[in-house]
Amino acid sequence: MVPDERGYFGEFGGRFVPEVLIPALEELTEAYRWAKEDPAFQEELHCLSRFWSGRPTPLYEAKRLSELRGGARIYLKREDLLHTGAHKINNALGQGLLAKKIGKKRLVAETGAGQHGVAVAAASALLGLQCVVYMGEEDVYRQAPNVNRMQLLGAEVKAVTSGSKTLKDAINEAIRDWVTNVKSTYYLLGSAVGPHPYPLMVREFQAVIGREAREQVLALRGALPDYVIACVGGGSNAIGIFYPFLNDVQVKLVGVEAGGQGLDSGKHAASLAAGKVGVLHGAKSFVLQNKAGQIQATHSISAGLDYPGVGPEHSYLKNTGRAQYVVVEDSQALQAFMLLSNTEGIIPALEPAHAIAYALNLAGSLEQDQAIVVNLSGRGDKDMEIVSKMLEVKQ
Amino acid sequence: MTHIASVFAGKEHAALIAFITVGYPTLEATLEAVPLLEKCGVDMVELGIPFSDPLADGITIQQASQKALQNGITPAACLEAARLIRQKTDLPLLFMTYYNPVLCYGPDLFCADSFRAGIDGLIVPDLPLEEAGLLEEITCRNNLDLIYLIAPTSPEDRIRQAAQRSRGFIYLVSVTGVTGMRKDLPEGSAGFAARVKRFSDKPLCMGFGISTPQQAALVAGSVDGVIVGSSIVHLMGSQRDWKPAVSEFVCSLKKAIMESGK
Repeated sequence: MVPDERGYFGEFGGRFVPEVLIPALEELTEAYRWAKEDPAFQEELHCLSRFWSGRPTPLYEAKRLSELRGGARIYLKREDLLHTGAHKINNALGQGLLAKKIGKKRLVAETGAGQHGVAVAAASALLGLQCVVYMGEEDVYRQAPNVNRMQLLGAEVKAVTSGSKTLKDAINEAIRDWVTNVKSTYYLLGSAVGPHPYPLMVREFQAVIGREAREQVLALRGALPDYVIACVGGGSNAIGIFYPFLNDVQVKLVGVEAGGQGLDSGKHAASLAAGKVGVLHGAKSFVLQNKAGQIQATHSISAGLDYPGVGPEHSYLKNTGRAQYVVVEDSQALQAFMLLSNTEGIIPALEPAHAIAYALNLAGSLEQDQAIVVNLSGRGDKDMEIVSKMLEVKQ
Repeated sequence: MTHIASVFAGKEHAALIAFITVGYPTLEATLEAVPLLEKCGVDMVELGIPFSDPLADGITIQQASQKALQNGITPAACLEAARLIRQKTDLPLLFMTYYNPVLCYGPDLFCADSFRAGIDGLIVPDLPLEEAGLLEEITCRNNLDLIYLIAPTSPEDRIRQAAQRSRGFIYLVSVTGVTGMRKDLPEGSAGFAARVKRFSDKPLCMGFGISTPQQAALVAGSVDGVIVGSSIVHLMGSQRDWKPAVSEFVCSLKKAIMESGK
């Protein structure tokens, strides 16, 4: 059973945070244990997930996309159809409810692409909680529509100007806020990263994706899929869909990291492919860092994958060999973005476009009776500006 | 008794501990600052190893760290700086560092090299009791003190553990918050210190947010050492000729502590 009592997945995870936060993490671990077993909490979460978020999401067979390569059938887990447009709402709602139960009135969160920020802002509005979202200045600019949505939902968006001005710095600022206001404030971390119990808790709130997908694919095909594929930044959508398949050893699990402009260019965000074991944001995991142990600047076309660390459970799954991690570059993701839009009428977020790109290539090498499930973790409206700019440059 | 602990032995007044970021604003400044601090009556110096993601630090030390990194400062450069500083002073020297640079350097080698460079102890703000077992053992083997932090939020069992395991002194974090200059310190630092004293007779030093002589004097009455960082770092970076300003400020801190009585 991972994680263990101390929050370790094998050698990864733990709690590398200032002393001032340890009691808060203890309290959170206790509260989470209670919530997991409490029927009333689970019922409330279930009802809101259904009537407010829009669960369950469909598993859709992308026939025209599959035909492009003529190999395996590709099924899309349609998290893009959820309220606020991405899987992030599953975790934001779960943790938001938990925060309310333990009497916190103020939520802080970080956001990269803005999807988690929007989800937390929406959950805060629903639950009547105050909400502050930290967002790297560069992301504020490249994901402007999400900034407007957060503000409309009543959240205060604080632009972070320190460091690389992206997701990692937003997490630093959110943690600093939490350290300062720990008594009144709940830190609603959006990915399967951070100190224990966050990687566990985020996995559990996201595992609904994999539970549904597993049932749905069995109902559609009468058999489990050959592959389950998801993109990995911090890794919450991936761990959410992987987890319920972990014991199905015949199902291959593939996480797709952001290759940016290529691993050789140094401009990428592939922590598992090119990082080494380190400590970032409270957990031991694979981290992109230089020779002196300084965290490296990352690059990805998708803000949501632009992160130099990765959830500790992914490091564990990589080292045990249960999951395989691959890399897809910006240009391939962009191509997949266009293809899915044109063949299926679905505009994906740039993050899962990485997973689509890998699935398409893989499908061609498989037989027609094989199946791939891809987690389509979010929709692409937020990326329109970036994509049109990229296409202009190309023309 | 370790070199660090000896600072507090038989002292009538609280010790003054200064923090500076290695390589800020320049490496030369770091080398010149320590003798200057000693002349003003500083009893111990914390040398901050800059890190790209200092999540326990406020804006002053964040910016100083970033500048130091731009100046090319690495843990290896900090070790070399410590070696040079050690030639000029007998004051106890501490490294304040986040854990990742230590992990990357190799904890064994880092501690051995630190000792060789003349470092007396380590403070690692993102390494709480649960995670520090390995480093505790390695620092022990290398004759370094590993200093633990206790926060206002720490419950009794954690205070007891930290007090028992901390070597050299115990670091009391004065506020729930990050480092940095503050107008007002929270009330109750005396009560906090008294709470910790129930579990330990080790020296207690308080830091985070102490930025004026008045604040230093206020805290000095109830602890064995006062740690001042951000305001010194700020002065070092704010003007080209920082020495007179730093000298005046640190001397005023010392004077306030001496006059505060104990």
